[in-house]
Amino acid sequence: MTGAAPAPAPAAGLRATARIRAAADGRGGTALPLLAGEGPLALRRTRATRPEAGVVLVGAMSAPLGGDHLTVEAVAGPGAHLALGSAAATLALPGRGGEPARYDVSLTLEEGASVRWLPEPLVSVRGSDLRVRTRVRLAPTARLLLREEQVLGRSGEAPGLLRSRLGVTRDGRPLLDQELACGPGAPGGWDGPAGLAGHRALGQLLVVDPAFAGAPPAAAVLGEFAAVTPLAGPAVLVTALAPDALRLRELLDSARATYGW
Amino acid sequence: MSLAALLVLADGRFPAGGHAHSGGAEAACKAGRIHDAATLEDFCRGRLHTAGLTAAGLAAAAALGLDPAGLDAAADARTPSPALRTAGRRLGRQLLRAARATWPSPELDALAAAFPRGAHQPVVLGLTARSAGLGPDGAAQVAAYESVGGPATATVRLLGLDPFEASGVLARLAPDLDAVAARAVAAALRARTDGTDALPAASSPLLEIAAEVHADWPVRLFAS
Amino acid sequence: MHLDHGVTYPHRHTHGAAPVRADGTRRALRIGLGGPVGSGKTATVAALCRALRTELSMAVVTNDIYTREDAEFLLREAVLPPERITAVETGACPHTAIRDDISANLEAVEELEESVGPLDLILIESGGDNLTATFSRGLVDAQVFVIDVAGGDDIPRKGGPGVTTADLLVVNKTDLAPYVGSDLDRMARDAAEQRGELPVAFQSLRGADGVAPVAEWVRERIAAWIVR
Repeated sequence: MTGAAPAPAPAAGLRATARIRAAADGRGGTALPLLAGEGPLALRRTRATRPEAGVVLVGAMSAPLGGDHLTVEAVAGPGAHLALGSAAATLALPGRGGEPARYDVSLTLEEGASVRWLPEPLVSVRGSDLRVRTRVRLAPTARLLLREEQVLGRSGEAPGLLRSRLGVTRDGRPLLDQELACGPGAPGGWDGPAGLAGHRALGQLLVVDPAFAGAPPAAAVLGEFAAVTPLAGPAVLVTALAPDALRLRELLDSARATYGW
Repeated sequence: MSLAALLVLADGRFPAGGHAHSGGAEAACKAGRIHDAATLEDFCRGRLHTAGLTAAGLAAAAALGLDPAGLDAAADARTPSPALRTAGRRLGRQLLRAARATWPSPELDALAAAFPRGAHQPVVLGLTARSAGLGPDGAAQVAAYESVGGPATATVRLLGLDPFEASGVLARLAPDLDAVAARAVAAALRARTDGTDALPAASSPLLEIAAEVHADWPVRLFAS
Repeated sequence: MHLDHGVTYPHRHTHGAAPVRADGTRRALRIGLGGPVGSGKTATVAALCRALRTELSMAVVTNDIYTREDAEFLLREAVLPPERITAVETGACPHTAIRDDISANLEAVEELEESVGPLDLILIESGGDNLTATFSRGLVDAQVFVIDVAGGDDIPRKGGPGVTTADLLVVNKTDLAPYVGSDLDRMARDAAEQRGELPVAFQSLRGADGVAPVAEWVRERIAAWIVR
């Protein structure tokens, strides 16, 4: 890596952007006028279940490696309905020079649009250093179902450093803004009694639905390590810690059955 | 900055309601996650770098004079747990009462008028610091210190932990406290041009979850 | 949109002791009840509610060592509608919440005045504490200290801020005196010595209308508050 100042990603790393645009097709379905993968971010159309169009991210190679900068950008136009997933878990891997990798996800939901962003877990592999930034912008009438699962290390393995920030705005106002840092090199206490307390999988399910404005879901506790929390807006966040990815998924799936679609 | 004003504001005896809140320590003690000085220290360090950093950033930004309404919305977005939002606004209201009596200012009166239900405590803290003649660094230091001072005091009451050990925990956290305050101030300075997105949003999922668990208890000693 | 903000409250007061509310109306008289654990504070509050609720608009704030227990007792006894009873958490320090940092109690009394007011009287019951616990004058207009004969007939002689300075000292459970060997006359003499002109009420809540002397004292206080 040579010299240049704080560039978004070092030249040594790979840069790839996947772009998706969903638009209402005027016949009660959703078209995909833009579907452009790149490098490790290949996109595949899945069978649509009207009114929703389906897209899956297919990891063509193990990524992101340190130094890589991957971006997924999806826009759901007015009245469009998009389901976006990934075919397999994403592995954050160590880079050649130890520099961090970046993974940015940007979702824009226009009036009356809905997006389900349900990727497979992100696994922070020993020695890796990944920064994830997820930004969601919602119009007031848009609906969102978003799942994030983070797994610290493959089975029995120590984790890498994972820094993740999830920012959601609705009608330009912040609805949820959360930053998480865990693994070696994260600020102190990350695995302690005010941190993960030894858990190796954590996840969230966020449901934003204007219908919650009239009838917000009640706060609830799902055992000692998961909770349903209505946000200060028409949205509910389910947060869970679990010993492993499987247990985490069970928790989030049951929450999704209750609050999502 | 007046060091004396800083001491008045940071004093645990300042009557702003903090004594009835454990900062998550009551839930952690009951669950066995805090059981001695070492686990208290680990708890405090984790809370400082998450909720403490976020609170310090908001307080520093308020002390700099950023729009309190925008900061309050940013605090809401950074607090998924409704139990913690309620506690934060309640403490904000209690602090505002004490602040208006201690350092009266038109800014504090305006905040009270704009937020009859209470603004989030770090936002009130920042404006209080401003009224007391303190800068963003003072506000951030107090917010960072409160994020660990509360749990330490509560643990002394809950576990009968040796108070000297608890004080030792706080003293050992001093370098972390200074670092968190410095990060918070730097972010607050950026937020003047880049907006509240530039403020830290560090969070601890377990603190949010445990706050909801705690709020569900039929009987407890601390309000949060 | 903020789902949290279901209820709104007007401007809050800066200070607690001012006799008028933000809108200029006279606030409720606030009477604190303190005393050792088990002396009968909650029973006295319940009896006062029953005795006065038809003539006064009342509410109760409890400060329990264990949140909500006393409030739940009052709710079970149905001495007042539930919306007129509020519990304040004290973080294991009941005396702090009534004396050193009264902010949570002030919030509670003002919320009661907003939500169920106008009120004539708010009783603030301290969590059971020791003999040195007293209420801040920023929180209450008058305070009652409740002891009982079973706690030892030497308590009035020992004194302490509660016994010596409370506006009314209540010696409770007089019916038990013969069984615990307490000398009521001695307690009355000692109390008079400690308290000078300040009144003492002996009561047993076992019999009908046992709270009458205390209720009468409250009525006098209310009368003085209204004309003040």
